[in-house]
Amino acid sequence: MSAYEFVDHSYDVVVVGAGGAGLRATFGLANSGLSVACVTKVFPTRSHTVAAQGGISAALGNMGQDDWRWHMYDTIKGSDWLGDQDAIEFMCKEAPAAILELEHYGLPFSRTEEGKIYQRPFGGMTTQYGTGPAAQRTCAAADRTGHAMLHTLYQQALKHEAQFFIEYFAVDLIMENGECRGVVAIDMATGKVHRFRAHMVVLATGGYGRAYFSCTSAHTCTGDGGGMVLRAGLPMQDMEFVQFHPTGIYGSGCLITEGARGEGGILRNSKGEAFMERYAPSAKNLASRDVVSRAMTIEIREGRGVGAEQDHIFLHLEHLGAKVLQEKLPGISETAKIFAGVDVTKQPIPVLPTVHYNMGGIPTNIHGEVVTLKNGNPDSVVPGLMAVGEAACVSVHGANRLGSNSLLDLVIFGREAARHCAEVVKPGKRHKPLAADAGDLAVSRIDRYRNAKGELKTSKIRLDMQRVMQNHAAVFRTGESLQEGVDKLDKVIDSFGSVSVSDRGLVWNTDLVETLELDNLLGQAAATISSALNRKESRGAHAREDFPNRDDANWMKHTLSWVDGRGKVTLDTRPVHMYTLTDDVEVVPPKARVY
Amino acid sequence: MAQFSLPANSVVNPNGNVHKAPAGAKDVRSFSIYRFDPESKDKPRIDTYEVDMGSCGPMVLDALIKIKNEIDPSLTFRRSCREGICGSCAMNIDGVNTLACIKASAEIKGTVKIYPLPHMPVIKDLVPDLTNFYAQYASVKPWLQTRTPAPPDQERLQSKEDQEKIDRPSACILCACCSTSCPSYWWNSDKYLGPAALLAAYRWIIDTRDEATGERLDELEDPFRLYRCHTIMNCAEACPKDLNPARAIAEIKRKIAERKQ
Repeated sequence: MSAYEFVDHSYDVVVVGAGGAGLRATFGLANSGLSVACVTKVFPTRSHTVAAQGGISAALGNMGQDDWRWHMYDTIKGSDWLGDQDAIEFMCKEAPAAILELEHYGLPFSRTEEGKIYQRPFGGMTTQYGTGPAAQRTCAAADRTGHAMLHTLYQQALKHEAQFFIEYFAVDLIMENGECRGVVAIDMATGKVHRFRAHMVVLATGGYGRAYFSCTSAHTCTGDGGGMVLRAGLPMQDMEFVQFHPTGIYGSGCLITEGARGEGGILRNSKGEAFMERYAPSAKNLASRDVVSRAMTIEIREGRGVGAEQDHIFLHLEHLGAKVLQEKLPGISETAKIFAGVDVTKQPIPVLPTVHYNMGGIPTNIHGEVVTLKNGNPDSVVPGLMAVGEAACVSVHGANRLGSNSLLDLVIFGREAARHCAEVVKPGKRHKPLAADAGDLAVSRIDRYRNAKGELKTSKIRLDMQRVMQNHAAVFRTGESLQEGVDKLDKVIDSFGSVSVSDRGLVWNTDLVETLELDNLLGQAAATISSALNRKESRGAHAREDFPNRDDANWMKHTLSWVDGRGKVTLDTRPVHMYTLTDDVEVVPPKARVY
Repeated sequence: MAQFSLPANSVVNPNGNVHKAPAGAKDVRSFSIYRFDPESKDKPRIDTYEVDMGSCGPMVLDALIKIKNEIDPSLTFRRSCREGICGSCAMNIDGVNTLACIKASAEIKGTVKIYPLPHMPVIKDLVPDLTNFYAQYASVKPWLQTRTPAPPDQERLQSKEDQEKIDRPSACILCACCSTSCPSYWWNSDKYLGPAALLAAYRWIIDTRDEATGERLDELEDPFRLYRCHTIMNCAEACPKDLNPARAIAEIKRKIAERKQ
């Protein structure tokens, strides 16, 4: 252990992750007078928020009448009634102010003729509680809204002189008697181990898309916060709900925004048929993502896929014209050219449903405080620990997230986490000394993996895991296939005991970091596939062919999953919040979900 | 004649390790990659990896990942989004600064030569130290500055035409391809801000919502910070997002000249 020097720090709050949620929390905290450090494994503008394209939803009504209550209704319906309605109310109601705030920070939004923020239609976004025409609710900066937002938030963090620890990889939480006291991170540039003591740790570590073989997610989307939470003996929530984005580029998996269909793009099968009209007669190409992904999968299965193998679908944009494509969709025009060799003004883009987003995550309340099921209380707060963004499960997305609600989730709950910390943490409050063994778990894991001398490369075990997840926890699922997946994944997790790491260095040891990331992924893969096997109904993104209907009587509840060090999963449930936060709006009772 | 002695680590051993392609590989390409391990006493070296392109994705980043996954897990580089938007995998490929994730191996003739971004301190292999680059970006105060309070419950209005002016400049991904391709930046990176930071400055100078244009121009009116740009144009050539920092710098110079009249 002598190779590792501990460097100790104390802050009021430590944020882990510098994507949209982490940055919004960080400068909010800096602005509130609390001492805050943001620990991030990549330079902030490299975070995956940067890849979001289409936009951020808010009922501003710049392009036609709108109301946050309609947005709330759409989000609840999109969630297939698994979303917590108090949290959804909070998010949709706060959205307009939060977006205007981003504009006031200088975000370079596209504009309407009147100079207001441009808004485009997006899947599942309607007016008049689903009875009116499609809403134009998604605020856009061309088709690089995530880039514009992430850079704007980083700029605000610079303005507020927030303190960053960049290219520091967070390894484990420091837990004492059920309370979070801080976090241990490794400085990649030196290999030194840093112990951050904090009254509150905010996990903003993003999703774990890389548990799958083909995903739109960045290489860095390895669910590091979820991994830390599971090792701390805390549960994850609703992990069976994995969103497949309908339009990942065939082959590379790179994202083509739903905004492409928002601007009028059409999906066609090998017969040239605009098949979404059959599956979603009113919303058509702008139905919810789970609906479109299933429709595409069925078309391919029934032999109407395109290409030599008839294994994908075409997204047509040619009819939009060069001017619209240049003005509204320049980024995906470039991406299609580079990754599919397609000129979108002349040819369709080959696409396939691709893993995109984790609705599940670390369970929290609307303030971002992490909760767990303890002594029969499903809302028992874990002291000292918060989670925001894709890492968290508030739950505003329930069983299926609507496009452009994720960027909203980031700013709303990043902002709220900062606001809540300012209320409950006293600036400069003294820290109790840490237990003598604080950080030992992290150091023992770092040391074990850095010196791992097994037979299997990290990349081999990772690929095995990704193949199991891709084959057994896909768009459509059956009990039989899921069970097979659970068994195979058990073997993959066992094989992790034979991992080999060949870089023994301390400086920028990415072989070690990828191994620590794989450890995080494996736990969440296990939680995902076991939760999916357990849920015997179809809801949102979780489509069971052996249980094709939604079963509100038995399954309108959140899944909680604990995973032990050997990958053994324990499940329980929490009730869905079928109540609103205020009297401004009424609960939306469950009904059939038709688009 | 003056004698210069180069720092020890600047001498590269061209004959590093060679990793042969597996038997039976049909479509083999060689990748020659700069390696530097700060924890060993060895000089930097060039390792050569023979890659079976039949089982490799099209981009240079795909080849780097394949090498790391299958041949040599110690090979070190930054990467994240793999679609040209995060700016992590900027490096010098075939003599040109670009993003490995959107540079197709097939576009390169012969052996693919890969080095870190030029003239930056190297931490390890293809990972440069970008601390100074980031500090220069921060020094131009890249955030909206106003005196007029924002209108309550409404955005600051901006015409489509005015938005178009900032649309391209604000699409910079801070990959550093431009600055590290600039000879003027190589010699004076301690004082010259370089094309990326100046493009960021320009993005705020021309934003109609910003009210600190004068102060921003004052800050830049300096023989080094701005005027070390000698319109060499490597920046515009290198930018993987087809942005034009050189033009932005020329515009800044013009604005400074104009306000003197």
